[in-house]
Amino acid sequence: MRNRFPLWKNLLIIAILVLASIYSLPNFFGEDPSVQLSPLRSAKLDEATRLQVEKLLSDAGMKPKSLELSEKRLLVRFTETETQLKAADLLSGSLGTNYTVALNLAPATPAWLRAINAQPMYLGLDLRGGVHFLMQVDTEAAVRQAEERYAEDIRSLLRESKIRYLSVDRGNGVIEVKFQDGETLAQARDVIRRELRGLDISIEGNAIRASLSETERRETRRLAVAQNITTLRNRINELGVAEPVIQQQGEDRIVVQLPGVQDTARAKEILGATATLEFRMVDTEHSAQGLEEGKTPLGTKLYQDRSGRPILLQRKIIVTGDQIVDASSGLDSQSGSPAVFVTLNGIGARKMADVTRENIGKPMAVVYIETKTETKEVEGRKVTTKKKIEEVINVATIRDRFSKRFQITGLDSTDEARNLALLLRAGALAAPVDIVEERTVGPSLGKENIEQGTRSFIIGFVLIAIVMTLYYKVFGIIANLSLLFNVALILSILSLLQATLTLPGIAGITLTIGMAVDANVLIYERIKEELRNGNSIQSSIYAGFERAFATIFDSNLTTLVAAIMLFGIGSGPVKGFAVTLTIGILTSMFTAVMCTRMMVNFVYGQRRVAKLWI
Amino acid sequence: MADTKIRDYKIDFMRWSWPAVVLSVVLSVVSLVSLGWQGLNFAIDFTGGTIIEVAYQEPADLEEVRQQLRDAGFANPVVQHFGTTREVLIRLAPQADVTSADLRTRVVDALRKDPAVQVELHRIEFVGPQVGEDLAESGVVAFLLAVLGILAYVAWRFEYRFSFGAIVASVHDIVLILGVFSVFQLDFDLSVLAAVLAILGYSINDTIVIFDRIRENFRKIRRGEVLDIINLSINDTLSRTLMTSFLTLLVCISMAIWGGEVLRNFALALIVGIVVGTYSSIYVASALAYRLGVSRADLLLPEKEGATDNRP
Repeated sequence: MRNRFPLWKNLLIIAILVLASIYSLPNFFGEDPSVQLSPLRSAKLDEATRLQVEKLLSDAGMKPKSLELSEKRLLVRFTETETQLKAADLLSGSLGTNYTVALNLAPATPAWLRAINAQPMYLGLDLRGGVHFLMQVDTEAAVRQAEERYAEDIRSLLRESKIRYLSVDRGNGVIEVKFQDGETLAQARDVIRRELRGLDISIEGNAIRASLSETERRETRRLAVAQNITTLRNRINELGVAEPVIQQQGEDRIVVQLPGVQDTARAKEILGATATLEFRMVDTEHSAQGLEEGKTPLGTKLYQDRSGRPILLQRKIIVTGDQIVDASSGLDSQSGSPAVFVTLNGIGARKMADVTRENIGKPMAVVYIETKTETKEVEGRKVTTKKKIEEVINVATIRDRFSKRFQITGLDSTDEARNLALLLRAGALAAPVDIVEERTVGPSLGKENIEQGTRSFIIGFVLIAIVMTLYYKVFGIIANLSLLFNVALILSILSLLQATLTLPGIAGITLTIGMAVDANVLIYERIKEELRNGNSIQSSIYAGFERAFATIFDSNLTTLVAAIMLFGIGSGPVKGFAVTLTIGILTSMFTAVMCTRMMVNFVYGQRRVAKLWI
Repeated sequence: MADTKIRDYKIDFMRWSWPAVVLSVVLSVVSLVSLGWQGLNFAIDFTGGTIIEVAYQEPADLEEVRQQLRDAGFANPVVQHFGTTREVLIRLAPQADVTSADLRTRVVDALRKDPAVQVELHRIEFVGPQVGEDLAESGVVAFLLAVLGILAYVAWRFEYRFSFGAIVASVHDIVLILGVFSVFQLDFDLSVLAAVLAILGYSINDTIVIFDRIRENFRKIRRGEVLDIINLSINDTLSRTLMTSFLTLLVCISMAIWGGEVLRNFALALIVGIVVGTYSSIYVASALAYRLGVSRADLLLPEKEGATDNRP
């Protein structure tokens, strides 16, 4: 008899191995220290920018390795970190107003690999250095604010419906509305039920007790977190971090990872900035073109819109952000175009009503104001400055008189509507955020971690290879090749998934190597046993593979159960370990059962063999 | 059927099953007593607090560092060398009123008081107490779910007595690892928890291989005592058990020696777990399944699966 795979099976295995090897390659090319420019707001990024940067650098006597222009960024690669730092200073000095200049470690993947979308794994903070924050969003505060808003709504609703009430009080998650008699109470109950659907209502004596319904509560919490993530993302973009990670973790926590950032104080200042909004009328009597700041007509102020165009607004503020109680995006019921629905509180509503009555047909602007504190070191001393950023995020024409609830139309897309709603809400009710976990890893420690992790992996691998070769001879060498393929497979899968490699991840791969040989050992021991039982060589090989498979399958599946449960712990580093372990278990089954068998078939399967070197 | 009669086997493992029970019980009791008495030395991952790793140009004087920190108002700083004498690890208990930014500045200022001494900040980790609590909770939940999942799988694939044996063996392994970490008061951090869960998988893996063989031998060999069949099965799989454990130990030892400080306790937990796990697969899992009265009839399949031999 002969042991052989059909041709298609051999080809398939070889194809998988070749692909795996190619896609694991990018991890071995290292990284270039580089500077990354991304345009701010309206700034353009094109060939001209590239030439400008090239000229700036060559004037200063710096030679970049390459300049790569893509849609969103210009990447300038260098060979040394020293030049990189100098270049970053130079570029942020001369181009900093229009571009975010960030330090980056760009993968030095050759072009032909990048062309087939082969990218290296993303290195975790413990391997590249940086700051990790875990932030807790105070969602209870958001819920309390929502309750306050409802209490206010009930008051004005009852006033509008001309229903007399004694008092509206809020406390312990309940809004209590007291009435003189049961009749008014019944009226009020019907109105509240109809108008304010987010409330659960019960009756106690002559009072209505309203509380936020479970769905409303959940939605409020969810929105508070979503809002904070959007706000954080906007701020981090301005921080100039090359590849930030901003993710929700669990119900009310946000993970922020800023690779390469060492100055946690500055990062926190920027993340902790506050934002508000103002509604102002646009000055239509003067042209904003050619005006200089400080020389504007009386009662006006010069602003810029998001694309940097000047726009002249009246000094008088109609409504400020803290008077907005809610904003949501949707579609205008008449035109079907994207719109943002805004709800104001009582004071804001009255002011808005007054202004809009007199200004129908005129444009009104929404100004976004962010206050940041920055600490800079000037002559050895730390100086804290407050910086105010103001920009016009939206201009819309007043169509009709409105007060409490109104909509903003004239938006380009549903995306823009969503963003504007988020910004409006963020300005209005950003739930407080606490930093509950902070980890800073210095760049030298990161490098050390990579070196030690890789070293222990390589030594472990070599030790295993030696023992396997001594113990199983030819079969041992085959197993070692399989093991090598296994590593390539794990690396390529992790790279294709664009997973984050951490130190525990490396440990997971290392441990997998130890456990992956298990499958080979099981098969080989089985073959030996079959030989001892006096079976022929070919049938022993066949039986070895066939019979060991059930065992391999059962034992690996239980390990898989444990590995999947590791996800349950949920924290970053352990997840990394669990991911590599899981992938390692799956790939080791493939390499041990398929690759080893294919190679054994190549060596022994096609001919008469007198003795097996096992 | 290849053989219906029991073959000879080399080592009578089950003869040592009583001494093994005594050994396991003694070790488990020591572990549990230590866990109850002095508990685990939880790292800040679980307790909250601050860890700061700094590097000096010259070997650092720990007492001086401690004094500097006490002067700066930190009550009980834990200061120790980390890897080399130039590197120092500082641990501070969680403080309610201080934000992490303040803490960092205060510590760095305290250490850099003497301008002649150069201090490089390698890493700073701050964990709020609530985060630690949540983590400990989800760790326990993950562990219990893993145990239940494995229990269910083994009961389904094998038999409940095996499943019971497998779980007792795994719990035994984990108690002993935790015992080692408790007796020697080693740092128990998140990565050690990961190692413990990995050992849960590893130990089960080992046990399953032996169970698998017991099942196979029960179906194949018609005569012979249950005890003999268990013995034979352990002998059959012995070289594989030792080989795999040895190879896995090799990589773990390599991690413990060359993997750096961060991986050391992780690797150590794995090493203890592999040694204990190998022992427990033989003596705890199989012996327990035997004592619970596993019999041939429990494992015979109604269908022909075990009897077909489709080798060419």
